Amino acid sequence: MADNILEELAAILNEVADVKPEDVTPEKSFVDDLDVDSLSMVEVAMAVEEKFGAKIPDEQLSELKTVGDAVTYIQQHQSA
Amino acid sequence: MADSFEDVVVTGLGATTPLGGDVDSFWTGLLEGRSGVVALTDDWAADLPVRIAARMAVDPAEVLARVQARRLDRSEQGAIVAARQAWADAGFEGRAEDNGLDPTRVAVVIGTGIGGVTSLLSQYDILLEKGPGRVSPLLIPMNMPNGPAAYVGLEVGAQAGVHTTVSACASGAEAVAHGLDLIQLGRADVVLVGGTEACIHRLNIAGFAQMRAMSTRNDEPERASRPFDKNRDGFVLGEGAGVLVIERASSAAARGRTPYAVLAGAGITADSYDIVAPDPKGDGQQRAALSALRRGGLDAADVVHVNAHATSTPAGDGAEARWIAELLGEQTVVSATKSMTGHLLGAAGAIEAIATVLAVKNDIVPPTINLDDPEDDLQVDVPDKAREMPVPAALNDSFGFGGHNVALLFRKA
Repeated sequence: MADNILEELAAILNEVADVKPEDVTPEKSFVDDLDVDSLSMVEVAMAVEEKFGAKIPDEQLSELKTVGDAVTYIQQHQSA
Repeated sequence: MADSFEDVVVTGLGATTPLGGDVDSFWTGLLEGRSGVVALTDDWAADLPVRIAARMAVDPAEVLARVQARRLDRSEQGAIVAARQAWADAGFEGRAEDNGLDPTRVAVVIGTGIGGVTSLLSQYDILLEKGPGRVSPLLIPMNMPNGPAAYVGLEVGAQAGVHTTVSACASGAEAVAHGLDLIQLGRADVVLVGGTEACIHRLNIAGFAQMRAMSTRNDEPERASRPFDKNRDGFVLGEGAGVLVIERASSAAARGRTPYAVLAGAGITADSYDIVAPDPKGDGQQRAALSALRRGGLDAADVVHVNAHATSTPAGDGAEARWIAELLGEQTVVSATKSMTGHLLGAAGAIEAIATVLAVKNDIVPPTINLDDPEDDLQVDVPDKAREMPVPAALNDSFGFGGHNVALLFRKA
């Protein structure tokens, strides 16, 4: 399940911010490692909501520092 | 006044136009007398009274990296494509500081008539269909009219200032004029100047068509734009971008660059006559030309060629030809290149400045196509084929809704 989410997240990051899929691993920081800016993070959140039905409120979005944080959040909040 | 300033020269050109995706294909297309106007076969155009336009020959989204393209409005994409070409053509690579330039002495002035309107409208559709939470966080930088100049500034690292001129169809020319000011006032050493437009959209066409400003010659796209012709019935909407790199002659020489031409002068006036109709006497237009001549220290007799604004509207064209004949003489060789490119609105002045620069450099004047039945009182020389002739100096006119008049003066380097 988590692998599947990671793969989908990698596809979103590639589409939105040109991040190489192989670079998307749980320990990576969106800002420091993957160079995803704040506007792109909003796009990522929109795509996650569309894909997984997991809405990410703004105060949560800023807490999701790493890819692993995001995967965990999606696991907990996705609609079946 | 002309003696008090060092020459400002053009050292780089870049363009993406309905005739081609770079300056060479654009210039070759002009000399061949090709039309870039095509039929709009999209479903969204089916019920419009106007179903023709001059699209960019090369989609700028295909030239840029995919993720960069999706973050930019089409008008910004065009500006980046043209600016990259001009920057490289001037001998620069990478950012200002990589070329020994002081970034705080590099500026950008890029005009647009309408800005990122197609992004605005497509996001409005999303707002209505899916709600505010689905509107792109990139909408605002895509829509803002200063976006093209700002993105070009980011690309080259320009820190002297990034400016946007907005004067409808004179925007691109006004940007060139403003760039000349920046250098002559000592505020910048190198300036990227130009214009961009990409607004071929159902709403814009409907709006211009309601003004009865556009040609409805839908069955003959290539023959629709016909400046100075008796049977002209309006302009044809075009899209694209043009950028020029300008700098002081000594700076170009120090870099070992041979300039294309000298940007000898610029004149800007306002009609204060009507919000959209040009003053039929053309006084404001003529004052702009005179101002450019005076600033460039040239006499009317020195100017043998004019790249006219001439958009193919019944209301325009005539007045311009009349004051050109009066001011410069009936022997003046005039080109209406919009007969081939359509009307690029805020980019028109920029690509036509490039055409004028190349006419001066190459001693060839581009033709005007579709001039089958010239107006009775057309008293200037408008060749239907490219003409080789000495072009020591030339003017480029641009006028815009709002009563804006801009004349740019180029002479041989």
